[in-house]
Amino acid sequence: MDWKQLWDIMSAPDNVPIAAIAFLIPFYSWLAYRQARANDRLIDQLGADPQLAKTHHRKTWPWKPGWLKEVHTWPYLMRIEFLAALIVTVILTVWSITLNAPLEELSNPNLTMNPAKAPWYFLGLQEMLVYFDPWLAGVVFPTLIIVGLMVIPYIDANPLGAGYYTLKQRKWAIATFCFGFIVLWVLMVFIGTFLRGPGWVLFPLGKTWDPTYQPYAVNRDLPDLFHITSMAGKSIFGAIAVGLYFLGAGAALHKLVTRKGLNAKIYQRMSLIQYLTLQFFLISMIALPIKILIRLLFNIKYVWITPWFNI
Amino acid sequence: MGDKETVGPEKRESGLVPSKVRDEFNVLRAKAKEDLQTLKKPEKTQLFKSMFRVKHDDSERSRALSVLTNVFFHLHPAKINRDAVRYSYTWGMGGISFYLFIVLTFTGILLMFYYHPTKVQAYRDIIYLMSDVPFGKLLRNMHRWAAHLMVITVWLHMFRVFLTGSYKKPREFNWCVGVVLLVFTLLLSFTGYLLPDDQLGFWAVTVGTGMAKATPLLGTEGPLGPQLGMTPYNDVRFALLGGSIVDSNALLRAYIWHCIAIPTILLILLVVHFWRVRKDGGISGPAPVQLESEIKPERKF
Repeated sequence: MDWKQLWDIMSAPDNVPIAAIAFLIPFYSWLAYRQARANDRLIDQLGADPQLAKTHHRKTWPWKPGWLKEVHTWPYLMRIEFLAALIVTVILTVWSITLNAPLEELSNPNLTMNPAKAPWYFLGLQEMLVYFDPWLAGVVFPTLIIVGLMVIPYIDANPLGAGYYTLKQRKWAIATFCFGFIVLWVLMVFIGTFLRGPGWVLFPLGKTWDPTYQPYAVNRDLPDLFHITSMAGKSIFGAIAVGLYFLGAGAALHKLVTRKGLNAKIYQRMSLIQYLTLQFFLISMIALPIKILIRLLFNIKYVWITPWFNI
Repeated sequence: MGDKETVGPEKRESGLVPSKVRDEFNVLRAKAKEDLQTLKKPEKTQLFKSMFRVKHDDSERSRALSVLTNVFFHLHPAKINRDAVRYSYTWGMGGISFYLFIVLTFTGILLMFYYHPTKVQAYRDIIYLMSDVPFGKLLRNMHRWAAHLMVITVWLHMFRVFLTGSYKKPREFNWCVGVVLLVFTLLLSFTGYLLPDDQLGFWAVTVGTGMAKATPLLGTEGPLGPQLGMTPYNDVRFALLGGSIVDSNALLRAYIWHCIAIPTILLILLVVHFWRVRKDGGISGPAPVQLESEIKPERKF
């Protein structure tokens, strides 16, 4: 265990935000989870007792008839905003006094940094460069992430769970978002920061980053496993493989979505365009960990090879 | 006593100060007293009234007006849902992000006084800022850490909005504006990375813009790029850097994007974002829970 190196990485001033999110995201997830559980219990209670559902104020917080429904912005909201600004200012000031922003040597095109890392918030995309070509990892994925985020409100046909924390009523939506945000984005930031050493080689946590270390790996392409050698053959094979994946994953998702209960109800409410968009983004998202796994387990570099692009 | 009264005026006239001046003085003294009285109630002064326009007592009406008649406060409604002030629900991340944007603008403007976006000067300016400028180090540190913090708070804001389902009808469009704001927050941070002109920024931007080479159709190394006539001298990377390498033009472009273009776009989008929060019915909750049995069939058209 190379504790010194581990400490050096963890205490690098630019990595402080990553240490911060290691606490902040679990904390706020817990805060949300607690409220979601409380709301879910209330939902169960009201579902079981229609009479109570008619009279209940439907929040987990206490309520008595005659209490004001609204409060004045001044001072009840603005004092909170003022306090928040004050606290943030104190945190920033202490942080700025105690830690200096990093400044390396003068830029030098002849001296490549190793490892050359993107700013921490883009490390997820840089991590994807290991598994995908730059046009996918650097251009198509960011575009898909942005568009994918933007279509969320238009493909989420579930009318429940608007304006309150709940798990029960939005199981799939929340699981999908948490998977994308926490596993595919935040976790990749951690891997990129703590596990990727010189040459972007994956070092186990605490292992000394040896710049001369070259892992032995012979990458293969999927068509090679089937002894397909011609370019035309590889192109067609890849197209079929990717097509089959989309069909298979689509069918599996369809089965899950339409099975029963609330999911089936939501599916009923969706238009064809909504449903196909949902399918496309979900299948594309699941493809990421699948590609990562087949690369790590079977050393497969490309699935689809064409004269113009490789996937 | 009687004598004194009769001779009083003559005596006064014979004094050092003529009675006319003395009267004037008394009038002035009375006025000064009056002015001092107003200090006890500054809200009665013309100056105060001209600035604040309405009374600031703790009556219902005044509390509402103090928000509505103030250009900075009127982003808020006069009254809000009693549960909407609960920190456990909102996390306050949107507001904190906006506050950090203000901090960044403030420190950023101060930093601009000490910075030249040229290859000769940029790095020296940072050294100078950190060693000679009073509070220069603090200024730079605060700009950097506030930027990092803003990325985190924007993420957490999005996380909260998702978890509470606040993007649902009628807030769909504002969610999209928020996504664009997220992208611009990241771009703002990224364009600032190059400005110190050190190894860290140089290689991060070299790697980052290197990916632009791989843009499909528009990049020299991207799928179908070469077939469409893309070269290192006319592709999308060239447009980003103002050249085929990260050099002085890239520094100037990063500077202008960072200090002028992106903040302007961000600010306009922020205005839209805040305005839509209000127009879409204020913040989404905490709303009363809905039951599955209450789902109404949707009317599409």
